[in-house]
Amino acid sequence: MKRKVAVIGVGMVKVDHHWSESLRSLFTKAALNALEDAGIPKVEALYVGNMSAGQFNNQENIAPLLADSLGFNSIPSIRVEEGCSSGAAALYMGLKDVASGMHDIVMVGGVEKMMDTTTNDATFIISTVTDQEYEAFTGLSLAGINAMVMRLYMKRFGVKRESFAKFVVQMHDNASKNPYAQFPFKISLEKALNSVPVADPIHLMDCAPIGDGAAALILCPADKAKEFVSDCVEIAGAWKANDTFLFHMRKDFLTLKATVEASRNAYEMAKITPEDIDVAEVHDSFSIAGFLAIEDLGFARKGEAWKAVEEGLISLEGEIPINPSGGLKARGHPIGATGIYQAAEIVLQLRGEAGKRQVPDAQVGITHNTSGFGTSAIVHVFKAK
Amino acid sequence: MEPQQLSMFLRLNEVKGELPSRHWRELPQRYRLEASFCPKCSITYFPPREFCPECGSRELERRKLPHRGKLVTYTVMYTPPKGFELYVPYIVGLVRLEDGTYITAQITDVDPQELDLDIDVEAVIRKIGEKGRDGPIYYSYKFRPAVLNGGSTET
Repeated sequence: MKRKVAVIGVGMVKVDHHWSESLRSLFTKAALNALEDAGIPKVEALYVGNMSAGQFNNQENIAPLLADSLGFNSIPSIRVEEGCSSGAAALYMGLKDVASGMHDIVMVGGVEKMMDTTTNDATFIISTVTDQEYEAFTGLSLAGINAMVMRLYMKRFGVKRESFAKFVVQMHDNASKNPYAQFPFKISLEKALNSVPVADPIHLMDCAPIGDGAAALILCPADKAKEFVSDCVEIAGAWKANDTFLFHMRKDFLTLKATVEASRNAYEMAKITPEDIDVAEVHDSFSIAGFLAIEDLGFARKGEAWKAVEEGLISLEGEIPINPSGGLKARGHPIGATGIYQAAEIVLQLRGEAGKRQVPDAQVGITHNTSGFGTSAIVHVFKAK
Repeated sequence: MEPQQLSMFLRLNEVKGELPSRHWRELPQRYRLEASFCPKCSITYFPPREFCPECGSRELERRKLPHRGKLVTYTVMYTPPKGFELYVPYIVGLVRLEDGTYITAQITDVDPQELDLDIDVEAVIRKIGEKGRDGPIYYSYKFRPAVLNGGSTET
């Protein structure tokens, strides 16, 4: 990167069923929170991640709409779409903007207003991140692809559904301490195990929920950050990697190559190894996706994520705390906003402002946001300054 | 039919905002399992590609996939995407064909509890869905547990 970039503001709204909020009111509230956090009135450019306002809300062209709602009619505003990782993709673009020297103060945000549709409609809309002609046309959903992988994984490594349920319980434990979480409550192992099947072996409690949300960050050059805030967080590395678009073209069905490559390059850029990471927000859209992330990001050997879960390594006090926010599973997964929620959580953790879910002495954190079933992955590395 | 006539025919037959061309152009793959094959690299691509990403060659051959293979993994769908509500529960699987090519398809003619990984399966043509009450019915490949023993059905 040509110049170092820092995060000087974060803003979120609680992930929820926001029946009385619109796409624009949700985003505007999160954006105003971020501006207030940074103590600034405006920005020079806006990047906003959103997966499918066109399908969820019949609204395209949302970058100017959201900029207008914020009173920023004269700044460049761009929507970034990368399926489920639209939020991280917006951060990636905003980071490049500031790093290149083109703009100094940039807002990156994400928003998804999903609750204007029924569950079957939403399942269809989410399945449009998969190949329409050769996957979705068979009636396969994104949960379905994850389920095929989960079945293979369970057989190959002898892992039981109980191990996945323990991961879900941990996510709810963390979310119970997060005021922004959609599900801020604990659940029992029994409840995590016994729910209706969605795409067998995936059951309802293995899945991230549908919900509305918006989050925003303010970026600026690291050498100017102290002008605005006392405790900024630097973005030390970032990478995006892809894999084959069709799942059936993969050489290894149980490894997300995009995650492996994005993390390897982002770690190298930030000059860290997985052992240096104090806290991680990973893309656990389904419990199996959480397991693959733990392994492919370098926190456990292939087939052994269950050990990290069962031995408590991923808990808030563990060796590598995973998803202190509650993750996609329990914090919630308003799709295009998720990558920004992840980054906001890591910034709060590195500032030591994460309240009851604070990971002790967190200095280095990462976010991991994927789209489709690992068709691409984006990893960002953050360091406390 | 001339391309211009065809385009008019398709537009006249428009059903609920979606032209049938979207299904029609995939028919070689959906009815005959047509793939593309790179003779230089000996790689089969399904769906067919415009060129071989391995060697860059645009000289790919059309080739029909074998109709038999093994079930690698599968799911039983209970929460369907819009349009598949009437078929629940249905099975979707990943099949490794006899030539090593993989394909994603519905698994049919079998109860989920009778299914197991690594069983032999074979291709059949089945209804996939329809577009509204008066719209066209879409057909495509599905796979079922192999009925015939022995003898490759490779075409």
